[in-house]
Parts: sequence; structure tokens; C-alpha cells
Amino acid sequence: MNKEMRKVLWLVPAVIAAAGLALFTGAVRAAGPEIIWGLRFPRILAAAVVGAGLGFSGAVFQGLLKNPLSDPYILGTSAGAMAGAVLCSAFGVARSSPFFYLIVFAGAFFATFLTYSLSKVKKRPSMAHLVLAGVAVSTFLTALIMLFMTLYREHSLSLIYFLLGGFFPADNSLLAVSGAIIIASVAGGVFLWRYLDIFSLGEEKAAYLGADPDKVRLVFFALASFATAAAVALAGTVGFVGLIVPHVLRIFFGPSHRRLLISSALGGALFLILADAVARAAAAPAEIPVGVITALFGAPFFIWLLRRTAGGDSAE
Amino acid sequence: MMLIKVEGLKFSYNGAPAVAGAGFELMEKDLLAVMGPNGSGKSTLLRLISGFLEPSEGSAKLLDRDIHAYSKAELARLVAYVPSELYLPYDFSVFEIVLMGRSPRVPWWRDYSGADASRVHDALNEVGVPELRDRSINSLSSGERQLVLIAQALAQDPKVLLLDEPTSHLDINYKIQIFELLTRLASGGMGVIVVSHDLALMAAYAGKALILKKAGQLFYGPAKEGLSGVNIAAAYGINNPESVARLLNIAV
Repeated sequence: MNKEMRKVLWLVPAVIAAAGLALFTGAVRAAGPEIIWGLRFPRILAAAVVGAGLGFSGAVFQGLLKNPLSDPYILGTSAGAMAGAVLCSAFGVARSSPFFYLIVFAGAFFATFLTYSLSKVKKRPSMAHLVLAGVAVSTFLTALIMLFMTLYREHSLSLIYFLLGGFFPADNSLLAVSGAIIIASVAGGVFLWRYLDIFSLGEEKAAYLGADPDKVRLVFFALASFATAAAVALAGTVGFVGLIVPHVLRIFFGPSHRRLLISSALGGALFLILADAVARAAAAPAEIPVGVITALFGAPFFIWLLRRTAGGDSAE
Repeated sequence: MMLIKVEGLKFSYNGAPAVAGAGFELMEKDLLAVMGPNGSGKSTLLRLISGFLEPSEGSAKLLDRDIHAYSKAELARLVAYVPSELYLPYDFSVFEIVLMGRSPRVPWWRDYSGADASRVHDALNEVGVPELRDRSINSLSSGERQLVLIAQALAQDPKVLLLDEPTSHLDINYKIQIFELLTRLASGGMGVIVVSHDLALMAAYAGKALILKKAGQLFYGPAKEGLSGVNIAAAYGINNPESVARLLNIAV
């Protein structure tokens, strides 16, 4: 294992340290073991799992689409997963049912492809086209969700928290399923990292380097949609984690996906554990949805990124 | 040995013809210059030969087999393509960029090996910039960057090398360096096709020439014969062939 890869492994103790810190952070000052292990621990695990899924998905999209402005929230992947979850709610599919995950995944996958194909209307789409297409798809899906919530008021309360994004007393089997899906997706992505490196040169150049763009795109859209769907199933839409984390980690570990995928998963876990600790402690005893915290960081970051890459060339 | 044979090749974007009939042959050790005005389909021709686009009419054969019968990976082991401009949002190291050239030689389930790393080393030596290995790609001058992208193409170990305006943004030092390199590669057995507007360089280094015009092909044959004042003037719509001839004389 080379020096660079060993540097990535430092993220593991960092994640554990953050989790330790988060265990003793919260509204209850002198919390007993019941609160610490019964409530906070599963919640920290959920934050780690969701953060890992979103960080990984962001790194996949940014590489695959050669677009630094990509992330599951901006591309509409999260909104697609949300729409799937709301659909389940409408048809009475329980969150413990295997169909729940399938439908949420289908929503994420379909929305991602829709955004992608809308951005390809022009022969040489710019980076902004993809973002605009993502906004269009997200807005449309969110409107459908709102419409549903207005029509079926009895579901609205549980869904509004879901829409804001955050961790709730979810049952542990949900946590286990989402965790397993995210670990499998990250493992699949890490195994195929070479393809994301060549796609970072653009789809056309990747084809000249021997990759079949349609096949590779399909595989990585599926992996990122699985990870995003599993994250959304657990915590609703938590925005901008997938945008911020890979950018910060590129500064430390370089752009190669050999290190970026695994470090984005670990870094996403770290970031969301800390963000959730802040969400619980900042306005205690009231709790801020964690999606609000990440958006407070993420939106200014996105604007900064947009300005920095505005001079950039077309996406190809 | 014949590497590429193109006959009556046509291609149109949404009904508008981009390549209006092209025919040529590329043998081992050929350095073929492709010239023509903007919109005559030079870049499209390269994308047809590299298999990225499918011709609407005519045929393009690589080693006697239709280019579209090859898989992307098979093709990438035979043909390497250096695009005219490549915007890179992420700051890869030179080593990582050249290593990506090994991609078609590594099966999907495997990682790059030590042999791939040493091929990167050799490719950087071949283009004469081994000292850039650990620099980041976006910190290079445009000349160095072009050499690195050629090294990436060489790491593919191709039989055919395609270059789209490799010297258009470079100073005369790098222009000469790159054309000398291409000459060396061709005499080593590779077939090289260069699209360029650099008339003087093409006349000095190319063995064969293909001149395209808006409505089709104007000339294919030995460069000495083809790159004449009359042909160039006709292809580009220049009124006075003598001014072209004067340009060539001064340059030489």
C-alpha cells in the first residue's frame, strides 16, 4: 500500500473520534447509558451511513459527468428517491417492505437519467446545462410531492420531516439494510475506480481510452442511485454533502478515484456525524433538522464553486 | 502493411453534410497531413476513424475489418486519439494522466500493474518530458500539456495515432518538437494522421496529404505534390495561388 493510500486511512480514526464526541453531545447534559447507547448511538450510525452514501454518490457523479457542480441533491437523484418514498406512502408500502427500497431506488435512478438526458439536448452541453436540468427535475418532483401532501393530509406530518432531512427514531432493521446497500455500492465503486478517472477527461475521451460510455454510465448511475436511495430512505433529503465532501478531499488526497471514492465515503460519514451533533446541540432542547445545517454550509459553497468554474469549458 | 482504408466516406450532422466523401489509405510509417478550411470535416473525419461516430455512407476499415465491428476496447488498443483541446476540471498528476492510457490494456476487473507504471515512464521518455512525471497537469504550459497527452496516447501502444490540431496554440519551439516526434513515431512503424492548419510544418514533415474542401475531397496523395499553391488556394478559397506559394517559400 502506498503512502497516499495510508493517508486516507487516517480518516478512520477521525470518524471514530467524531462519533465518540457526538455520543456525549446533546440536549441532555448528564445522559445515562440508555440515552447514549439506546438513542444516540444508532443515530450516529445512521448519520455515518447516510454521510458515506451521499459523499460516495457525489464523488461518483462529479467524476462520471466531468462536472464539479454535481451531487445527488443537485442532479435530482435525491428528489427522485423522495418521490419514490412518497409514492410508497401513498400506496401503503411499509418502509420495512423490500418493495420500499426498490421503489425508492427506481425513483432515484429514473430522475438521474432524466436529468442527464435533458442536459444532453444540445450537442455540446455546458456544465450549467446539467445543473439547470437537475433543478428542473427536482422542482417538478418536489411539486408532485407537495401536491400529494396537500391531497393526503393524514401523511403530511411524517413526510414534512422527511423532506427537511434529518435522523429520527428509525428502526434498526432499516439502518442495517441501508448500511448494507451503501457498503455494497461503495465497494462496487471502489472496485471500478479506474473508469471514473478516465471519465473525468470527458465521455468522448473515455471512449477513445476503450470504455463503453453507455455501459459505464449505467453501472455508475445505478451504484450512486442505490447509495442515494438508501441514504434518503433513512434520513430524507440531506443536501450538499455529496457536493462539499469530494471537493475538500481532493485538496488532501488528489483527484484520482483510487483514493477519492473511499475517502469521500469516510469524509461524508465524518461530516454528517459532526453536522448532526451540531443539529442536536446548537438550539437544545429544540432540534434543527440536519439538512438545514448542511444547506447552510452547502449553498454558499455551491455559489463559490459556481463562480470558480463559470469560466470552464463545455462538459465534454 | 495497410492500416486504414477509407472509401467514399460520408457523414452528416442532422442532415447537414460534415464529411462529403473522403477516401485515402494509411500504411505503416505514413505521416498523413489532413488540411482544409473550417467546416470541411477534418475533425469529424478523425472521429469517424476513431470509431466515435458512425459513417452514414461509405466504409472505413482498420486492418481490413470495418471500424464499427471493433469493440471500444479493441479499438483503443489499435487507435489513439489526441483531441485538440481538453478541459480538465480536476488536477491529476502527469503520471496519473499517462497511466490512464493503459486503460484499454487492463481488463476491467484488474488494477494497473507495475508493468503499466513502467510503460508510463517509457512514454514520458519517448516524448522527452520524464521530469514532468509528478507535476499536476493544470500547472503545465500548453506545450508541455500537449506532449503529456501524446504520451498518454503512446501508453495505449497503438498502431495508429490521430491528432487534431496538436500545435495550434503552441510556440514554434513546441511546434517543431511535436512534428519531429511524430516523424520519429512514424518511422518507428506507427501510422500517424495529423489535422492541422500549419501549412509550413505539414509541407516540411508530412509524407502524404489529404486536402478536404467544403463539398468533398480535393486531393489525396504525396504531400510534395499535393501541398501546392494551386491546391491550397482552391481548398481555402484564396484568390491568388501565388500568395500561398510565397508563404511556403518563405517558410522553407
